[in-house]
Amino acid sequence: MPDKPSKVLIIGSGPIVIGQAAEFDYAGTQACKAMREEGITSVLVNSNPATIMTDEDIADVVYIEPLTVDSLSRVIERERPDALLPTLGGQTGLNLAVALHEAGVLERYNVRLIGSTLRTIHLAEDREAFRNMLQEIGEPVPESAVVETWEAALEARDRIGLPLVVRPAYTLGGTGGGIAFTEEEYERIVTGGLAASPIHQVLVERSLLGWKELEYEVMRDANGTVITICNMENLDPMGVHTGDSIVVAPSQTLSDKDHQMLRTSALKIITELGIEGGCNVQFALAPRPDIVPWAGAESSPSLPYYVIEVNPRVSRSSALASKATGYPIARIAARIAVGRRLDELVNMVTASTSAAFEPAIDYCVVKIPRWPFDKFQFGDRRLGTQMKATGEVMAVDRTFEAAMMKAIRSLENSGRTSLWEDPEWFIEGHERPLHATDERLWALFAELRRNRTPLEVARQTGVDPWFLERIARIIAMERRLLSEELTPSLLRDAKRMGFSDAIIAELADSLPERVRSQREEWGIEPVYKMVDTCAAEFDAATPYFYSTYEAENEAVSDGADRVLVIGSGPIRIGQGIEFDYCSVQAARALQAAGVKAILANSNPETVSTDFDTSDRLYFEPLDEEGVRDLLANEAGDSGEAPRSVVQFGGQTAVNLSRALQRAALPIAGSSADAIDLAEDRGRFEALIASLDIPQPPGAAVQTIEQAIPTAQAVGYPVLVRPSYVLGGRAMEVVQGAEELERYFGMALQERSGPILIDKYLEGLEVEVDAICDGETVLIPGIMEHIERAGVHSGDSMAVYPPQQLTEVQRAAIIDYTTRISLAMEVRGLVNIQYVVAPSAQPDGPGVFVIEVNPRSSRTVPFLSKVTGVPMVRLAVNVMLGKSLAEQGYAPGLWPERNLVAVKAPVFSMAKLVDVDTYLGPEMKSTGEVMGVDVTFAAAVRKALIASDLEVKPGTPFLLSISRQSKTEAEGLVRALHAAGSPLYATEGTAEMVRGMGIPVVEVTKKLSEGHPNVVDVVRDGTVRAVINTLEGGRPSYMRDGFHIRRAAVDMRIPCFTSLDTARAAIGALSAPGEYQIRPLREYREGAPAGRGA
Amino acid sequence: MSDGLLNGRRPPARLVLADGSVFEGVGIGADVRTSGEVVFNTSMMGYQEALTDPSYAGQILTMTYPIQGNYGTNSGDVESSQLQVQGFIVREATDLPSHWQSTATLDEYLRAAGIAGLAEVDTRALTRKLRTHGVLMGTITRDETPAQALARLRSEPDYGSKDYVAAVSTSTAFDFEDPAISLPDDGPRPHVVVLDLGVKRNILRHLRRRGCTVTAVPHDTDAETILGLNPDGVLISPGPGDPMLLDHVVSTTRGLVGRTPIMGICLGHQVLGRLFGAATYKLKFGHRGANHPVRDELTGRVYITSQNHGYAVDGDRLSGPMQVAQIHLNDGTVEGLQHREEPVFSIQYHSEASPGPHDTEFLFDRFLQSVKERGHHAS
Repeated sequence: MPDKPSKVLIIGSGPIVIGQAAEFDYAGTQACKAMREEGITSVLVNSNPATIMTDEDIADVVYIEPLTVDSLSRVIERERPDALLPTLGGQTGLNLAVALHEAGVLERYNVRLIGSTLRTIHLAEDREAFRNMLQEIGEPVPESAVVETWEAALEARDRIGLPLVVRPAYTLGGTGGGIAFTEEEYERIVTGGLAASPIHQVLVERSLLGWKELEYEVMRDANGTVITICNMENLDPMGVHTGDSIVVAPSQTLSDKDHQMLRTSALKIITELGIEGGCNVQFALAPRPDIVPWAGAESSPSLPYYVIEVNPRVSRSSALASKATGYPIARIAARIAVGRRLDELVNMVTASTSAAFEPAIDYCVVKIPRWPFDKFQFGDRRLGTQMKATGEVMAVDRTFEAAMMKAIRSLENSGRTSLWEDPEWFIEGHERPLHATDERLWALFAELRRNRTPLEVARQTGVDPWFLERIARIIAMERRLLSEELTPSLLRDAKRMGFSDAIIAELADSLPERVRSQREEWGIEPVYKMVDTCAAEFDAATPYFYSTYEAENEAVSDGADRVLVIGSGPIRIGQGIEFDYCSVQAARALQAAGVKAILANSNPETVSTDFDTSDRLYFEPLDEEGVRDLLANEAGDSGEAPRSVVQFGGQTAVNLSRALQRAALPIAGSSADAIDLAEDRGRFEALIASLDIPQPPGAAVQTIEQAIPTAQAVGYPVLVRPSYVLGGRAMEVVQGAEELERYFGMALQERSGPILIDKYLEGLEVEVDAICDGETVLIPGIMEHIERAGVHSGDSMAVYPPQQLTEVQRAAIIDYTTRISLAMEVRGLVNIQYVVAPSAQPDGPGVFVIEVNPRSSRTVPFLSKVTGVPMVRLAVNVMLGKSLAEQGYAPGLWPERNLVAVKAPVFSMAKLVDVDTYLGPEMKSTGEVMGVDVTFAAAVRKALIASDLEVKPGTPFLLSISRQSKTEAEGLVRALHAAGSPLYATEGTAEMVRGMGIPVVEVTKKLSEGHPNVVDVVRDGTVRAVINTLEGGRPSYMRDGFHIRRAAVDMRIPCFTSLDTARAAIGALSAPGEYQIRPLREYREGAPAGRGA
Repeated sequence: MSDGLLNGRRPPARLVLADGSVFEGVGIGADVRTSGEVVFNTSMMGYQEALTDPSYAGQILTMTYPIQGNYGTNSGDVESSQLQVQGFIVREATDLPSHWQSTATLDEYLRAAGIAGLAEVDTRALTRKLRTHGVLMGTITRDETPAQALARLRSEPDYGSKDYVAAVSTSTAFDFEDPAISLPDDGPRPHVVVLDLGVKRNILRHLRRRGCTVTAVPHDTDAETILGLNPDGVLISPGPGDPMLLDHVVSTTRGLVGRTPIMGICLGHQVLGRLFGAATYKLKFGHRGANHPVRDELTGRVYITSQNHGYAVDGDRLSGPMQVAQIHLNDGTVEGLQHREEPVFSIQYHSEASPGPHDTEFLFDRFLQSVKERGHHAS
C-alpha cells in the first residue's frame, strides 16, 4: 500500500441543484474532519459559499473557485497535494477527477487518485463496460443496448421492445433520461439524452416497471473487508428515480434469504470494483407475482433480481443511510481512502466497538422527497427517471405508520397533511393520480379512504401490499377518531401510530391545544429513543434521538445550560442550504460559549443532522407539536424549558416563534413580537413611518374590492404578495387591474390572510445583513444586486462591496439599518432589503426600505466568508447576553475588504419540464455560487463560469427583446457585435438591430409558420446563447418566449431574461482579463495580485 | 383484514423478569404460560429461522427490530422440525404480511406450534435491561399478577442448570436428503458425519449441496461408533445450553481428533475448546445477531457473521496444538480455533447463516478441502 498522503485535495460538488444537494456538504465536511483526524492537510475547492465545508475551521485551505479543469489545475499547481479525493463531491467530483486525468494534470503534478480509481469511475459510468463486468462476475443485468446514434437506438427498440428506459451517461440525477412508452416519446427522450450526455451516449434498457427497487450502501477497505451499512426499500416501485422515491429503511418486505441474496451481490460488486470507501448499489427485485406478474414465477426457487446502478462514491443515499443508521459513511470512507482499515477504526457512536460491523437498527425510517411543485404549479408533476425533488425529509419511529406520519408532517408543504386531498378528487368520476407523481402518496391515502382494498390498489400501482395495508391501518385509525369518543386508550393508539395532535383534533372535532392538554392529563407523552447503530446492544454515546410513544425515555434532561437551535427542514426553493449553514454555525457558537447546543431538524442530507454537530440532536418534524414536545422533554422535572433560537432556521423556525410565545416558551434573541412587527404590514408601516424612513407606498388588503383602489392610489406597476412569504412565493409585478383580479383569484384559492400591494419602484436593489445587540448595530457588508428590483433577491446576482452606490446612499443605508434594527429591538441578525430609486425621491438619497426580516438570511454565509465577520457567532453571543462591543466589534459598516465577490444563482431548470425560466419576483433558483477576485470583472466572470452562464467571444446569440426594453438593449447589441457574436433575432428585434446598422439573421417566432423558427435555431445549435426579455405583465407559459427559454434550457445554453444579467455577462466578455486562483483567506487579507498563480 | 387494528382485540399479557421487572404487552401465539432465559437478537430479518433454531431451546427470544412478521412464515425458512424457542417477544407482530412465499402470519405460526408470544412491548427498553443487567430468566403470562408470575418463575429451574442438547438432538442416526438440492454432477461424494447437538438444517444443506453424503448422529454417539461409519470428516454442530454440561461430547471428540478432519460450529466449537484445555464461560448477554465482526488473525480480513451464543471459549487457557485463529472485533472474544497439525478447526459463529450474511460459507469449502486432502473412503 502506498504511504498515507500528507496533503489531500477534496473537490466539493458546487452549487445546490436538483440531484446534488446538501448531502455533499455533509460528505465533504465529514471528509475534512476525517483528514484532520488523520493529521492530513486538506485543501478544499468548491464554488458554493453556502456550505459548512468551505468554513476555514473545517478544511485547512479553502478555495471558493469555479469547479473547472483550469481552476483546479491552478489549485493543484499551487498547493501540490499528493492525492485527490474525488468521491465526496458527487458526480461533479468524479467527472472533474476524470477530466483532470485526461488533461494530464494529475500525472504532471504527481497527484494520485484515492478512494476510487479511474477504472472504477469508468466502470460505473460507462454502461457497456459496467454490464460486461457484471456479466463476468455472474450478476444479472437487464437486457439493454448502449447507443450513440439514433439509428442504433432504433435497432435496440426493435430488439428489446417498448417500454424502454433511457439513461444518458455521465449526468446528474438522471438528467435527460426517461421511460418511453410510445415511439414519439422514445425519439424525444433518446435525442434529449444524447444531447445531455457529455459523451453522447445513452443506455436503452428493458423496463422493469412495477418491480421492487432496493438500495444497498456498502463499504470496502484496501484489505478487502466488505460491510453493508444499510439496505433501503423504495415504496415506489421501479420507474421512479430513487431521489424521487419514498424510501424506507431497513427493507420491510424482504425475507432474510431475499436480503442476503442482494447483500451478497452488492458486496461482490464493490469487491470487483475495488472501491476503497463507500458505494451504492441499486437493485430491481421481482415483485409478488400475484400483484405484478412476471415470467417463470411458478417454477422460480427464489426471486429474480437485476443490478440497476452503482455509484462508486458517497451519494444522497449514503447520507440518508448515515442518518438512518448513525454510521458516518463519508467520514469512514475518507479515512479508508487514505489507507485505514475498517477494523482499525472505532465506531464513533459507541466509542468502544469497531467500525467494521453492520449497523442494526431498531426503528423504522421513512424518507419522503420534497418537490418544488408548490412553486412551479405549471410544471410537469410526473415522476420518472429524472429527479425533480429539491430536498427530502426523514422521520424515525418504532412503526412504519408513525414514521410515515411524521415524515408527512416534516414536509412543511403548505396544508398538505396526511388528510390532504385535491378538491378535484371528490368530483365523481375524477381519476386520482395513482401513477407516479408528487401527489401519489396522498392519492393512495384517498383511494384507501374510499374503501378500495390494498390488494386492488397494489395491482394498479405496483406498490407492495405491505405498504398499502399499513396506510389502510392509518385510514382505519382516522375512522375511529371520526366516530369514537376520544378515550385515553384511543388517543394512545393514535399517538403510537404517529397521528399529530392537529390531525387528531381535526378528526375528533377538537383543537390541537385541547388534544395536547388531554394528553398531558392522561400522561400520554412521547419518549425519546436513541439512534445508536447497534439496537441498544452496546452503550452508546451519541446524543441522537427520535420521539416515540413507548415506555422508556432515554433522552433524560441533564439540566445543563443549553439552547435549542431550530433547523430549517427540507431543502426547497427559497429555503436552501444557507440556513443549515447558519444552524450549524449557531450550534458551534453556543458550544464555544460553553452552552450546550440542542439541534432539531428533519432533513437527513445536512451537516446539522450530523450527530457530532450538536450536543443533542432531535430528528423531529419542525412543527409546533414536535418542537414543544422536545422542549418539554428537555424541561424534564424542572419544568424549565431551554431557550429556543428561531433566527437561523429560515422561515420554518421563524414561523414557530408565535407558537413558542403562546406556550410561554422562551425565545433567545429577537422576540416573537419583533418578528410579528416585521411581518404585520400595518405595524411595520407605522414603525418605518415613525422613523421617517421612506418606503414604497402600499397597503395590506383582504379582498379584490380593496385591492383595486389601493393599486390605483399607489399607481401601477405594483408588487403584490401574500403577507407571509417564503422565497417570494406567489409574488408578482402587476401592471393593471385585470391582472390584479386574476392574481387574487389564484392567491385566495391557496391561502387566507392579507395580500400586500406596494408601488413597484424600478431601481437598484440593495441588501444588508446586520447584527444588533440592542445598543449598537454592526453591518458586516452591503450587497448590491445586479438585476434591478423585481427579480427576487435569491435569484439575483449580488455584489460585495457595492459598485454603484453613492456615498450619500451608502450613508443612508447604514443610518436606516441602524435605526430600524434598534427600533425593532432586534437581538441577533436582521436582513433588510432596499431599493435605490433616486428618481422617486429627488430631494433625498432615494433609498427605500422594502422588507425587513429579523432573522438570518440567505446571504449570511456569503457575507461571512467574504468579510471574515463571524456573523452567526456574533449573533449567538448577543443572544447569550454579550454585546458587540464586548466581542470587539464597533458599530456601523465593517471596513470593506479589498476584494470583489459576486454571488450568482444557479437553477435546476433542465430537470423541471414545463417550468418557465424567466426571472421575476418568485424565486426559482436552487443554489448559488460565488466568484471572488480582486476586480469586479474577474469576480463576475468567475461567478458566470461557476453558474454555467459564461459567454465566450464570438458566441452566436438569439435576441428576442420586448418592446419596452429595446432602447435599453441597444448598448448590449453593440457590445455583442463588437465581440464578434453573430446575431439572430425575432422579427421586431431584428428590425431594431438592422436599424442600428448591425447585420442580423431574422428568425420567426411563430412556431407554426415555417422553419427555421426561433426554437429551431436553438435546438440545432445555430445559436449558443439567448437574450429574451418579457413583454410586461405576467409571463404566461402560453407565449412563444416560453418555448425559446425551454429550448435553451434543454440545450444547456445561457438564457438571459434580465438585461442586467446579460449586461454583466457581456461586460465580462469585453473585458476578459486573467482571474486569480487563491485561497479565500488571501483575497480577504488583500494580498497583492499575481502572487503564486 | 385491512382494518388491521388487531391489538385492541388481543389480550393483555406481560413479561415478568427474575428481578421483578415487568414489561406489559399483549398476548400473541398460544395462550400458555412460558418461562425461559430472556435473550435478544439484533438481526433485522430472519425471525422464522431463529424461531426454529435449536440453539434457542430454553430461551425466550426478543427481537430488537420492532416490526416482526412482515413477510409472514413459510415452509422453506425452517431450521429444524419445530419451533424451538420458549417464547417470542416483539414490539409489533404484524398480521399483514406480504411475501410471495408466505402461508401464515407470525401469530398463526406461533399459535399452531403452541408457543406463547408477547407483542406491543418496549423491546428496546427490554434490550437495554438485558444489556446492563445481563440475561435474566423471565416468564410470559396472561392470567397471573406479576407477583404470582414471579413466585412461579422462582420455583422453576434456571436455564443454565438444564441440558437442552439431549432434547433437541436427533434420537436416531439418519441420512440427510433434500429433494430441493441438486447435487454437483460429478466429483467425489465424501461422507460427513454430523454430531447433532441441535444442528440447523442449513448446515446439512450446505454439506449436501457440496456433494456430501451426510449422516446426522445423536449427541451421545461415541467416537468408535462414529468412526465405524467411515466418515471422511466430522462436523460438530451448534446447539443450546452450557458446554460445561457436555463432558460426554468432549470425550467423543477426543476420540475423533487425529483420526478424521473436524469442523466445529458454535457449541461444537466450545466443545473443541474444552477438549484443548480451555474453560468456557457465560457472556453477560451473549452474541445474537447478523452483524458480528470477526477478524481472521492470519489475514486481517474481517467477516460479518451470524451469531447466536451465550457462552464463549476462554482463549487464555487453551493449550497444546489448538490456537486462537479468529477474534470478535467488538469484545475480543474467541471466535475461531485452528489446530496446528491436524485438520481440525472451529468457529463460534454460524457460517451456515440462515439467518444472516453468507460471507463465511467458504468455510464449508475449506472443511471439505481438508477432507479431500485426507483422502476419502467412499466414492
